[in-house]
Amino acid sequence: MNIRLIKDKLAGSTMLILTLASVLLAILVGWGLYYKSLPLLEENSVWDLLSSSVWKPSKGEFGFFAFIMGTLWVTGIAIVIALPLCLLCAIFISEYAHPRLRKIVVPVVDLLSGIPPVVFGVWGVLFVVPLIEDYIAPVFVDYPMGYSVLAGGIVLGVMIFPLIISLLLEVFSAVPKEMRDASLSMGATQWQTVKFVLLRKSKPGIIVSVVLAVSRAFGETIAVLMVCGSVIMVPGSVFDPGYPLPALIANNYGEMLSAPEYESALLFAAFLLFVIIFLFNAISRIVLGRIKRKIE
Amino acid sequence: MVFATVIIVGSFFLIVGTIVSKGFPALSWEMLSEIPSGDFYMGGEGGILNSILGSLYIAAGSSLLALIISVPIVIYINMYLKKSSWMGNLTRLGYDVLFGMPSIVYGAFGFTLMIYLGMRASLLGGIVTVTLLIIPIMVRTMDEVIRTVPKELFDASYSLGATRLETSRVVLKQVAPGILTAVLLAFGRGIGDVASVMFTAGFSNDIPKSLEDPASTLPLAVFNQLSSPVEEVQSRAYAAALVLTIIVLLISISARVLSKRLSKNKI
Repeated sequence: MNIRLIKDKLAGSTMLILTLASVLLAILVGWGLYYKSLPLLEENSVWDLLSSSVWKPSKGEFGFFAFIMGTLWVTGIAIVIALPLCLLCAIFISEYAHPRLRKIVVPVVDLLSGIPPVVFGVWGVLFVVPLIEDYIAPVFVDYPMGYSVLAGGIVLGVMIFPLIISLLLEVFSAVPKEMRDASLSMGATQWQTVKFVLLRKSKPGIIVSVVLAVSRAFGETIAVLMVCGSVIMVPGSVFDPGYPLPALIANNYGEMLSAPEYESALLFAAFLLFVIIFLFNAISRIVLGRIKRKIE
Repeated sequence: MVFATVIIVGSFFLIVGTIVSKGFPALSWEMLSEIPSGDFYMGGEGGILNSILGSLYIAAGSSLLALIISVPIVIYINMYLKKSSWMGNLTRLGYDVLFGMPSIVYGAFGFTLMIYLGMRASLLGGIVTVTLLIIPIMVRTMDEVIRTVPKELFDASYSLGATRLETSRVVLKQVAPGILTAVLLAFGRGIGDVASVMFTAGFSNDIPKSLEDPASTLPLAVFNQLSSPVEEVQSRAYAAALVLTIIVLLISISARVLSKRLSKNKI
């Protein structure tokens, strides 16, 4: 056989192995975390672990409820803040804005996505926390605390702006121009077109974007950890401190190698994150792929 | 809508503005050029050169490693597989999912793996973990770029009798600016991430001399110093955050400018 063809085949199989290995990595990560959390799972039922809020590592009691609630609160606040703003912003960029303005806004959003989480955290400590402590919280509660799930939610909300906007712009660009033209030529205003054509047509895409944003927010660690207060409790209001799941891992893992049970509990937390985010991502990416293929 | 856009664009400037106004006063040449002295974290003398260099080593090492791994993968799923191949789609889906994985999961996994292999927290551990983190970014970005290459280019190469491997060289030349962008994006992500290197790279006051030395990173320096009760140390954290922000912004801006300039001469 021709030497060039042999080279081609050889390179092909090498690359195939590399590709397979890299995909297997995803499975390996999941399996590794599961394997490590087995000791904990053997002693406690999953339901007990998730629903108990007693966290006493020294006594071997591991209840993740407070951490899960912390994560949910922070994520919920972030989505409530980010979604309306990003939806409006994305509509503005894709439907209303002058191309020249678009050329300014889109790069700034891109730059925002490049800012490291720890810088968001510093910003949260310097700006958001004092803002809540001095201006927002005193209006509602007696003993205002800046380090709260609200602070985490705001910082996280700003962090997921770029992700949501870029996803939404992609979804909006999938709506054919002819549809907009048809609506406009029937005498509908721009806003009516947006409301009845654009938003209706891109509903699945918007839902998918939200799911992806939620899963990004679930896993964000450092920035949230820096502003949330890290108090183990189930937050009762937005001004209470919280302790999200990733922060739990970041704060304690590494120091706790002497206690195998504790390590197992922390890796169970990582496994939990892995599973939730894996499912969310896989499902929404499949849906997003369907939407894209429909256009092509 | 204009209001929402203003808030979102404004938040970027607010963040950068806050960091600059707090970090700039604390920034000095000493901070950039010296390693921490013994009582640095109590307000003593020294700088954050160890963290700056540690971050650059980790980001550069992992970008290089990830590039070596990602290019063949992208070539394989684009050149060797058919467009509708289930394997290509599965790989893409896999990378989309991996892209969404939080870095703390990589960090925890990486550290578990390192204990299993009997490794200590080191520069090498950090590089490997960050490599895992940024491979999905590189693969996704490059994949998108390669897809924009016109089909005629492939056809022209094939019709001259080139094999797939030889054609991929033609294609790679065509997408070189895109690859550069992908590398820079991954570099920026790698330099700024902390949850993945927190356990795996360790922490040290010295500049790492070999792959087995523990290495400090800039984000970790920010994080550690910020939790200090000493005010002077806290303001150093702001300065370190400013340095990090400047590096990251420089990288992302140059990535965009370069990719625009280099793609001018493309077909």
